[in-house]
Amino acid sequence: MSEAPVVELIDVQKWYGAFHVLKDVNLSVKKGEKVVVCGPSGSGKSTMIRCVNRLEEHQGGRIIVGGIELADDLKAIEAIRKDVGMVFQSFNLFPHLTVLENLTLAPLWVKHIPKAEAEDLAMQLLKRVRIPDQAKKYPGQLSGGQQQRVAIARALAMKPSIMLFDEPTSALDPEMVKEVLDVMIELAGEGMTMICVTHEMGFARAVADTMVFMAEGRVIETAPPQQFFSDPKSERTRQFLGQIIGH
Amino acid sequence: MIKPEDDIHNAIAAADVEEPSMAVAPANSVWKPLSWAKSNLFDSVPNTILTLLALLLLWETVPPLLSWGLFNATWSVADGTAAACRDSTGACWALMGEKNRLMLFGVYPYDQHWRPLLATAIVIAMLATSALRRFWRPALGYAWLGTVVVVAWLMWGGFFGLTYVETAQWGGLPLTLGLALLGIVLAFPLSIVLALGRRSNLPAIKAICTGYIELVRGVPLVSVLFMASVMFPLFLPEGVTIDKLLRALAGMTLFTAAYLAEAVRGGLQAIPRGQEEAADALGLSYWRKMRLIVLPQALRLVIPPIVNQFISCFKDTSLVTIVGLYDLLAATKAALADPEWRPFFVEGYVAAALVYWCFCFFMSRYSQWLERELATGTRR
Repeated sequence: MSEAPVVELIDVQKWYGAFHVLKDVNLSVKKGEKVVVCGPSGSGKSTMIRCVNRLEEHQGGRIIVGGIELADDLKAIEAIRKDVGMVFQSFNLFPHLTVLENLTLAPLWVKHIPKAEAEDLAMQLLKRVRIPDQAKKYPGQLSGGQQQRVAIARALAMKPSIMLFDEPTSALDPEMVKEVLDVMIELAGEGMTMICVTHEMGFARAVADTMVFMAEGRVIETAPPQQFFSDPKSERTRQFLGQIIGH
Repeated sequence: MIKPEDDIHNAIAAADVEEPSMAVAPANSVWKPLSWAKSNLFDSVPNTILTLLALLLLWETVPPLLSWGLFNATWSVADGTAAACRDSTGACWALMGEKNRLMLFGVYPYDQHWRPLLATAIVIAMLATSALRRFWRPALGYAWLGTVVVVAWLMWGGFFGLTYVETAQWGGLPLTLGLALLGIVLAFPLSIVLALGRRSNLPAIKAICTGYIELVRGVPLVSVLFMASVMFPLFLPEGVTIDKLLRALAGMTLFTAAYLAEAVRGGLQAIPRGQEEAADALGLSYWRKMRLIVLPQALRLVIPPIVNQFISCFKDTSLVTIVGLYDLLAATKAALADPEWRPFFVEGYVAAALVYWCFCFFMSRYSQWLERELATGTRR
């Protein structure tokens, strides 16, 4: 782990109309670091990671990704998006394209690499997420777990240096959660920089370098997992952990 | 359930396949039609009354229509006059034999009629080819480029041995087909730009597109054509003229695009936000995102309203007659101006309607096929 942060949020503010969703949010992620963000719904955690690749615009503070500051400059936004992969809660695969085409689309049209090369890479990634035999199918023909693994492979096809996961297992049936988490754990083991919004505390214990707890638009607590789970400083964190681990 | 008489036989045939329960009762097996009629046409007092009324209506209309259109019709005349038709109580289809060239080609020079005929045949053949999926490849685009050149040469002439024919002399089916086809082909991309513009985040673009769509949708096509043919030239500098046909085409295109844009916008609205977000997150630029992700899905959804608009555009070409162009309908009208044949205007209009119907029906059926053909991926 080198010391310079690859993702840095400094006093970030965001409003939806009059509603203040992000209040003085600070976050610093180093290369190779795995950050797991948790918190009750409506706490702004999804909004925060969506600000990192500018799916949402922030109105105050600074966001610096890979040394580039996010502002209205379209070129900077595109450069950051090329380097930041994202996995969504609802997969958002392209239903009119085959699995293989979903994976090769961005490499072909954004990076302009040759088709054969893009397809090779895509097949390698499909092997990595353990569904190479589904390449010719359409997303609608796959199970939720398979679709989410395709979505991870699609993001990886751009060879990003940072991966954002926005509640990747929340829309899955319970028996499919593990197959997706296994892929994410494997990815973490390979040294990928990851920011994950998730409620999977088992996963968090296994891979997180840093835990972030958010509530009401603020970062309440940032701590290494051992300390976070065994001795949280804030009462609010303790309450939340009690609720989700307690049962 | 009431069905018109001519549907009964089809319905019975279908009932054999679809309703095996009918065949269960062995006593009825010989008289299936009867039992079918009993359970579907005479199963209640109101249904019985409606069935009898429908039968009466058919009895009153179908036989006279057949005897007029088929049995008593005059199919040809030997002397080139309408005398034989006047003596008959049936339809005078001989009109087509005498006037077909005027109806089909309008005032295009008579001895040159082979040129629009050939041009029309080429275009129809190309349309039929393009309809088939196995020909959807880049070569088809080049074939269409070639077609445009050849058709333009055939219609205008002026070189390679063909005499020049100005657009004011064009008419009939080639004019209708050309206006509709070019109108659709030009309006479609324009409508996509307008629909995207109306959903744009940029206030100026959004205002322009919305304003344009609402303005054009708020006026009748007739007034747009009048503007194009009467008002527009007044604003041109002295000595500059723009071909009347071109002005009418521009009017049709701009008009159709406004309606199409709303159909396209409907499709755009049906695409989940997540699709755009996923494309954004992958770093696709706005136009690539639209072209590769959003539009392919959105347009597939709105094939029915789009084809609806195409059909409408095809029929609306008949309005160009008010600016003095001789489309198929106007040419038919001109053909019927001959006092000898004027009494048989019904036959003339029936024939013109049949031509319109053939094209529109083809579009309608083709769109249904296209919907099924493009359903891959969304099918589970």
